Amino acid sequence: MNDVLTPPTQNPDAAQVPLKPLGKVLAVTSGKGGVGKTFVSANLAAALAKRGHKVLVLDADLGLANLDVVLNLYPKITLHDVFTGKARLDEAILPAPGGFSVLLAGSGMVEYSRLTSEVRNEFLRVMNSLVPNYDVVILDTGAGISDVVLFAVSLASEVLMVATPEPTSLTDAYATIKVLVGQQQRQVIRVIINQATRPGSGAAITNQLQQVLDRFVVTGLNQPIRLVHLGDIPVDPEVRQAIMRRQLMMQATPGCPAGMALTQLARNLEDSVIPRAA
Amino acid sequence: MAPPSTSLIELPDLRLDDASALLAHDGKSSQPQRDESPTEYLQRVIDSLCELSLKDPLTGLGNRRHFHAALERQIETVARSGESVLLLMLDIDHFKNINDTHGHLAGDHVLRVIAHCLAGCVRPVDTVARYGGEEFAIILPNCRPLFGLALAERIRRTVAGLSVPISPLLSLQATISIGGAYAPEWVRSTTELWIERADNQLYRAKSNGRNQACIDQPQELSVSAEEKGLLFSHLAVDNANPFESGPGNVINRVNA
Ligand SMILES: Nc1ncnc2c1ncn2[C@@H]1O[C@H](COP(=O)(O)OP(=O)(O)OP(=O)(O)O)[C@@H](O)[C@H]1O
Ligand SMILES: [Mg+2]
Repeated sequence: MNDVLTPPTQNPDAAQVPLKPLGKVLAVTSGKGGVGKTFVSANLAAALAKRGHKVLVLDADLGLANLDVVLNLYPKITLHDVFTGKARLDEAILPAPGGFSVLLAGSGMVEYSRLTSEVRNEFLRVMNSLVPNYDVVILDTGAGISDVVLFAVSLASEVLMVATPEPTSLTDAYATIKVLVGQQQRQVIRVIINQATRPGSGAAITNQLQQVLDRFVVTGLNQPIRLVHLGDIPVDPEVRQAIMRRQLMMQATPGCPAGMALTQLARNLEDSVIPRAA
Repeated sequence: MAPPSTSLIELPDLRLDDASALLAHDGKSSQPQRDESPTEYLQRVIDSLCELSLKDPLTGLGNRRHFHAALERQIETVARSGESVLLLMLDIDHFKNINDTHGHLAGDHVLRVIAHCLAGCVRPVDTVARYGGEEFAIILPNCRPLFGLALAERIRRTVAGLSVPISPLLSLQATISIGGAYAPEWVRSTTELWIERADNQLYRAKSNGRNQACIDQPQELSVSAEEKGLLFSHLAVDNANPFESGPGNVINRVNA
């Protein structure tokens, strides 16, 4: 029953490669596609790197997160080669513009879009080797919720839910939160409202989401799910400009409104989940 | 009227005999019509062949290829919209006995009658296909989980109520077992997993004694109208009559 929704920890295969205590692993997810997960992952990584953290971003939807397009990087060696044993992990890690590292999946990974025990074990092995070497690992996930995405999110210590103020995006974010609460017993989910059109609206939206959850989602635990508003990112023409110029926004125009918002997000994370860099 | 042909392909050069024969066999006109240009004719031949390639010749239902294409489209929709889509796998009980006792022609007739009955049980948006042998599949988009079992039951009863005449003196009764599963809402998964879950339920129906329906009920993950109402209540307040609220109003609200 419900094969795809079975929590990975209940699978006997998962026990073979136990995950070591995690450093800070942040999963960036959304439900609805195209709301800015990859934009947030890459630019938040740059903002954190600028503040002295050692950061790696991973295409955690195994080729469907379109991280390669946003970073304009098309490497020869990818996670696909690591999974198939053709390359070592360190050979697939690249420096990204913006001062962080990146691990791309490569197009061949699409065949891995089904979560088999092989994919699960490889994924765990890769995460186990990465986590001790970085202050922060950011998992960029793709559109929709797949069993691969759910598994990746289950490995994260923090979930960053990206949504826009649009009704479709909010409905998807809400549905995703319900899946996560039901399946992974998360107690805190951090909300980022991207493409916010008016200042302050993100806090109100998060509050609204929380009210609906409190009313309709019974967690069955003593602690109910808590949404924490991490910050807003305004709509900013510089974001599209940077993509057109094939640059990372955080590098090209860090002082623009979206850039300042991302710097603030990085600070908020330092206050809540990431220790300040020495 | 067709313009004079300037194409590189000349119809007489093409070997269309097999294609024509296939179309003729399916009751379609296979020769160029008088007012048809060569391009139009070829397009019609190609379209008809495509149609043919998706059809089960015995029952006239969609075939397995058609079924897989439809299922792929649905699973994509479900992942993005959270819509409830039900997949039913249906298998005729003890079909081998019918074939052995009454012959293959009688068996084929039973397949045709049941196929026709299934097609009549569902809505135009639903997809009914012959999956193989005596197994059928039905895809039902927009089918609320609450209704899934009742719907499968209704199909089962309708088929069980059929009387299939195989000779002037003899009519047969056949029953079916049904297994069903909803696509996992909001989760991007694979059609193989979905079929597997429906098949498991079919297996359950068979081992429980046949002539019954079992459905894998989805986890309650859908977003109800009530939830949406509360979710968007702030939008209703914020965006009420956006054209009436001039800049002055916005400032007032911020200050308030
Ligand atoms: N704050 C913003 N201001 C303006 N444009 C934005 C902003 N955030 C994102 N965009 C635009 O939205 C588009 C989609 O962003 P992105 O690719 O990061 O989304 P995604 O959630 O990763 O998509 P997918 O689900 O397909 O992986 C980008 O082309 C980007 O230009
Ligand atoms: Mg993306």
